[in-house]
Parts: sequence; structure tokens; C-alpha cells
Amino acid sequence: MIRERYVNLCLLLLLVAVPLWAHFSDEPFTITLMTRVVIYALAAVGLNIALGLGGLVSLGHAIFFGLGGYAMGILAFHAQTYTPISEWPFLLNGTKSMPIIWLVAIVVSAAAGLIVGALSLRTTGVYFIMITLAFAQMFFYFSISWSNYGGEDGLSIYLRNDFPGLNTLDPIQFYSICFALLVVALLFTSLLMHSAFGLALNAARQSVERVETVGLDATRLKLVAFVLSGMLTGLAGALFADLNRFVSPSMFSWQLSGEIMVFVIIGGVGRLFGPVVGAIVFVLLEHWLGGISDYWHVYFGMLLLCIVLFSRGGLIGMICGRKEVNV
Amino acid sequence: MSDAILSTDALTKKFGAITACNDVSINLIPGEVHAIIGPNGAGKSTLIAQICGSLKPTSGTVEFLGQDVTGLSARERSRNGLGRTFQISALVLEDTVLQNAMLGVLGTTGNPWKFFRPILKDKQLRQSAEDCLSQVGLSEYLQKRTAELSHGQRRQLEIGMALTLSPKAFIMDEPMAGLGYEGSMQLTEILRELKKQAPILLVEHDMDAVFSLADRVSVLVNGKVITTGTVDEIRNDRAVREAYLGQDA
Amino acid sequence: MSYALVAEQILNGLQFGVMLFLMSAGLTLIFGVMGLINLAHGSLYMVGAFAAAAVAGLTGSFLLALLAALMAAAIAGALVELIVIRRLYDKDHLDQVLATFALILIFSEGTRWIFGSFPLYLDIPDYLSGPVGLPGGIQYPLYRIALIVVGLLIAIGLGVVISRTRIGIQIRAGENDREMIAALGVDISRLYTLVFAVGAALAGLAGALVGAIQSVQVGMGEPVLILAFVVIVIGGIGSIKGALIGSLLVGLVETLGGIFLPQIFKLVMDASAATSVGSSLSSMAIYILMGGVLIWRPTGLFGAR
Repeated sequence: MIRERYVNLCLLLLLVAVPLWAHFSDEPFTITLMTRVVIYALAAVGLNIALGLGGLVSLGHAIFFGLGGYAMGILAFHAQTYTPISEWPFLLNGTKSMPIIWLVAIVVSAAAGLIVGALSLRTTGVYFIMITLAFAQMFFYFSISWSNYGGEDGLSIYLRNDFPGLNTLDPIQFYSICFALLVVALLFTSLLMHSAFGLALNAARQSVERVETVGLDATRLKLVAFVLSGMLTGLAGALFADLNRFVSPSMFSWQLSGEIMVFVIIGGVGRLFGPVVGAIVFVLLEHWLGGISDYWHVYFGMLLLCIVLFSRGGLIGMICGRKEVNV
Repeated sequence: MSDAILSTDALTKKFGAITACNDVSINLIPGEVHAIIGPNGAGKSTLIAQICGSLKPTSGTVEFLGQDVTGLSARERSRNGLGRTFQISALVLEDTVLQNAMLGVLGTTGNPWKFFRPILKDKQLRQSAEDCLSQVGLSEYLQKRTAELSHGQRRQLEIGMALTLSPKAFIMDEPMAGLGYEGSMQLTEILRELKKQAPILLVEHDMDAVFSLADRVSVLVNGKVITTGTVDEIRNDRAVREAYLGQDA
Repeated sequence: MSYALVAEQILNGLQFGVMLFLMSAGLTLIFGVMGLINLAHGSLYMVGAFAAAAVAGLTGSFLLALLAALMAAAIAGALVELIVIRRLYDKDHLDQVLATFALILIFSEGTRWIFGSFPLYLDIPDYLSGPVGLPGGIQYPLYRIALIVVGLLIAIGLGVVISRTRIGIQIRAGENDREMIAALGVDISRLYTLVFAVGAALAGLAGALVGAIQSVQVGMGEPVLILAFVVIVIGGIGSIKGALIGSLLVGLVETLGGIFLPQIFKLVMDASAATSVGSSLSSMAIYILMGGVLIWRPTGLFGAR
């Protein structure tokens, strides 16, 4: 068994080396592919906090992905049309600045996470799954019916948003931004796992009775995990919208919630780099299988089935064995 | 009795037509081990659950440290210093022994809303956790995964977890269950030390342990306390013998 | 707003609710008896619709088409249960979600492979087409009336089966205590396959019946599946009665909200703004209903505990 930290290091090196190679051999498409990997990974790192650490099977994380996307879309749309978002009670203008957009995406996602989480956490188990899925569908239909921002057709943003000191239209520079944010998110998750909160949350996942007996509020711990989780996925949504320069209701779709969950599970639930592995594998399969057959989802589905039925602990689990206890 | 740490007053719990707990008034005074014995199905677990707050009584009250806690949740009672151990161990199995104990300390004295600082670097928290574990004889197993502990060690950890609360009273639900002779003897000694810290309300089937530890014994039959007395009084009580023999025969 | 419009919308809501019931009944039974969350239930709905459209195209008979939908969905359901689902009963919900998500991918793309991406159409037979006059001078499509009647008959039938028959007793026992039912000597794996196949057949029937008023296309099942989840959250897991009440509630709120909310907003704001705000809000109405039920009763109106 290989130590998990070496595997993680290799993955990080891969995420640095491949785009650099692509940059110098003039393969912008590969860089874009890798940017998608990194953004998907970020979304899944977010879900991993709720799912892996908190044991919350959320099938509604597209809510945050979509909210992040629309935060970007709406702010940039008003900036590019020179129309204010609102004039009352105070004048609110759009913006093309990435940091501000990210902040809005994170705050909006946190608010949504608080409301959806508080409602969904009134129940557990299979109810929780169905409710998070249903709330995501609510956002989906809402975005379709909200015609001010494109409704079903979505919103196109003509130019990628700005980041101080960088040319975001250059693929490798935009990739670097996304990669840096992923690293920050991974660092944050790693700290979280070993913190007091992480210990309590980990216990709440395994034994609510125990956590309540030592005097902690398991539901509140899980709610905070859900909110933090949503914030990261929301940030990923804003980046994804910037990558495509387009947002549409499909960012809220149930397929997307399912896919984010698939990333986490393929890689390994609760493993720090599980989401990264999952995202790499998914995007590569999509690329390769998609080249072989238009109906690649059939093969992908079968592969998923095999993973569920015959393997435990995802790819990281297969390579590194059981999760080490944090000593 | 006014100096009681914990007392129940006319506690009654009905499940439909069945009265699982009938007008139970018991108390726990400082320095004692008060054992609750009774045949299977006598309502011991129902009583414990009501005292700890995981079950709402149909009527009656629970008073802890002079305060009526009947309306408080299990979590709030824990926070007030009611240290409970479970009949079936409720431990965080994937974590180490030390992590379990640190969770306990975190619950009472620590702050779980720290997101960045590694908890193992918190010297004070770690020290109190290790102290509790050494009291139950688990110092050698700090880094062991809880799932890999023997049954007896899990029972010890269960009590160690209750200790982390710095409890004002212990409620122990069959701590000896499933232990062999050796194990029970060892645990009996641990409990004898513990009662100096806080009184113990002990539900137990192991009569050797009960008779060697208890200062007072209450006998619960069909949800009712039929008698309370010292070990000798209980040993010689005809009603108790009948209740047990009647049940066993 | 005329009486006729209101009555018509109520009937539309009923019709929608009754079809939702066919989906949710199977889902709630499968969850109640086997403890399984099945995301692929929407695929069985789609299978029914496609089978019906294909057979109707070949034979021209609507009844044969419905029969085909029932059979195809039941067989698909039984096969899926035998090959995949029964390996999932002991696994946690996360594995169930992932495996049935994989099944959706396989079913959807497989169907696209066979039938192509273009929607198919299933025609309402002559003897059920056209409007029918109802008391109060309302004209309402006969086919939709037929859907309401069929759905209600099935609801009554299911209720009788569950409460009166041997199988029903076994199902109820299975919901309460899985070990007890095995101890009673019931062949539990046969019972599971049966429940799954019946649930699938109901979903397939719903797909075929609705397919005649909408188009038959890949991906038609999942939006209905998610609505069925809302129904189950409202009604309570495992309860057929809850599924029925929940379905009708969701059907009525969804239909009436879409029509009347914009009208209501027109009273206080200008027409275009009212339409936009009203339709946005109405798209959220059933989820707000669900949230309300959750606050009031976290395990649903008829859920256990």
C-alpha cells in the first residue's frame, strides 16, 4: 500500500505538469480540459465536506454550482450591458471583477445552504436525499421561469471576467487561477479534517447518540458542514460559468448533482484527494469514451455499477487502503 | 432528601396500555453507588432513558443538582454533568481511543467551532482526555482504533467518555454486560475509585458486582420499585427472592 | 375568472396528481418494504412510454400499447431487481443512489441508442378522444377523464390489496420488521422481486398514459421522479394513503399555482411583471409546500413516528 500523502503529491504534480506541458506544446484544448477537471474537483471537494466528513448524502449540490454560476452571470451581464442590478434602495451595479464575483457566489451559496440545510436536516437518511434533490429541482425550474436572465436559454457573457494583474483570456493564466483556488480549498479541507470541528463532525457522522451524549449538537455541526460545503461548490460554479462564459439552468440540473457525487465516490468518500481523482477520471472517460461512441454514458453507467457493486473506498481506497486515523 | 444529587419523583411512562415505569421515586446521594436491579423487562432501560432525557416521561419529574430537568434534552443534561454510559457501546469506532476521549472533553469544556487549528495540538484538551483514559486503565491504547478494542476495553472507554464530562453523577447501564469474570473484577475496581468523584446510579445484572459495590439497592419489578435498602437487607428480602425466583422458575 | 376555468384546472390538477400517484405508489412501496431508494424509477416510466409508442406504431392498437407498457416495465423492473437491485439492499443509501444513478445513465442512453433522440408520439385512440360535456356546461377532454378514473381505480385496488390480501399482509409485515417476515416463512426474495416489478409496471403504465398527451422522449421520467419524491416527502415513506394524498396535493398545487398565481399578481402589478413573478413563484410552489410539511411534520403527513 502506498502512503496517501505520496499519492496526493503525485496528483498535485500532475495538475501542474500537464497544463504546463500543454502550454509549451501549444495545446490549448488540453488546458481547457484540465481547467474543467480542476473546477469539477473544486465542486466535489465542496461536496466531500458534507458527504465525506458529515455523512450527508446531498443530491442537491447543483443548487450551489448553479447559484455560483448565476452570481457570475448576473453580475457580469449587468456590467456588460451597463444596466444597474437595482436602483432602489441603493444603486447596485454589475461587475466584471472575479474576486467580487467569487465573494458574491460564496455568500449567496452560504445563505442557500443555511436555508436548504436547516430544512433538510430536520430529517435523515433517504428523506434527506429526496429533499435535497427536490430543492435543486426547485432552483432549476425557477431559473427556467426567470425570464429576465435568459430563462431556459441561459445567459452569455462575451468576455471572461477580470482578475487584477492577469490576462484571464489566456488559458494557462485562467487555469492557474482555478488551480490556486483548488489548492486553497484542499488546504482548508485538510485543516478542517484535523480541527476540533472536524473531530466533532466525524463523530456526528458515525454516532449521533455519542455526540449528543457528550453535549454537542449533531444537527448544528452537520448544518455548518453543509453550509461550508455549499460555499466551495458555489465558488466552483462561478469559475465554471467563467470558463464557458455562459450560464444556463442546466447548472442546476439533477444530472449535475449526480455527477458531482460521482466524482466524490469514484475517488473515495472522505478522502482529501478523492474528489480530484474522481474529476480527473470522469473528464478523461468523457473525453475518451465520448470519442469512441456517442452513447458513452452507457459504458460509463456500467463502469459506475461495477464500482458500486465490487469496490469499496473508491480509487484512493484501492491504492492506499483504509483511511489512516489522524494521529 | 434535599442533599440528593439526582432524584426522580413519581416517574411514570406508559406505552399504550403497558406501563413500563410506574410511579418511580428514587434518588442518588453523594458518594454512593445506588444499584437498580430487577428481572428482564422490569423497566430498567426505560427508567434510565427517562433520567438521561432520551425518553419523555408520561408524568413525573427528574431533578438534577436541585434543578428540574424534565424538560431538558439528553444533550443539555449531559452538559449539566450527567455522565451516561450505554448498554451497547456508542463509540466512534473509526476513531482512535484518544480521539474519542477528546471528543468528550470537547463537548464539555472545549469549543467545537474551531476550523483551522489541529485539535491534537491543543495540549490542555489532550491532557484532560489522557487523564480520563488513564483513570479507566486505557493509557496504553491511546492510538488504537476503537473498532479494534476488545469488548472489555470498549466498556472501559465508554466509562472514560463519561468521565470527560467531569460529571456530577454517573448513570451506567449494565457496564459489566458481556464481560468475563476477570473483566468484571477489573471494572468493579475502577468503579470503586470513580464513586469517590461522583455517585453512580448503576443498572446491572451481575449480582457479584452489585453486592460488592452498591451502598443501596433498589429492586424494580414490572416498572415499580418494590423495595430499596442496603445490600444485606435486599439479600434477605422475601419479596425480592420471590420476584427473582418467580421470574426464573 | 370563470367557474369553467376553475373546474377545468382542478380536473387538470387531479389528472396530474393521479398519474403522479402511479409513480409514487411504486417508489414508496419499494422504499417501505426493501428500504431502497430507487432513482431509476423514472427510467421505468420512460420504458413504459417507449414500449407503448413502439407497439402502437406497429399494431395501431392503444390497448395493446398499454399492455406492452405494463409488460415491458414489469420485465425491465424484474430484471433490474434480479441483476442489480438485490445486491443493494444491504448497502447504504449512498451506494443505492450511485448504482441507480448509473442505471439511469444506462437506460437513458440505451433508449436513445435504440430509438434516436427525436420524440415519439402516441395517439389517443378515437374512442377516447374529443371533449365530453360535464355538469355545469364544462367541456373536458374524455381522455383525461379516463386517466383520472383509471388512476383512482388503481389507487382503490392497491389499497384493497395492501389491506385485505395475503400479499398485502406480507408487504405490511415487511415494512415493519424484515426479520419477522423471514421468520414467518415468506420467500422474501420472491416478494421483493414482485413488489419491484409491480412498482415498475405502475410507473410504466403512467409513462404510457401520459405519453399520449405529451411526447415520448428520453429523459421524460426524471422530472416526474423528482416530483414523486416531493410527494413521498409530503405523504410519508411507505404509506400508500400518503402517496395518494400527497400526489393529489402536488398535482393540484402545481397546476392551479401555474394558472392562478400570475392572475393574482395581476391584481397588484402590471401584466408582464405579474406573469413573470407569478410563474417564477408558481414553479416554486410545491417545494414551498414540501418545506412547510417538513417544518410541521418531518416524517410526512402519514409517515411512521
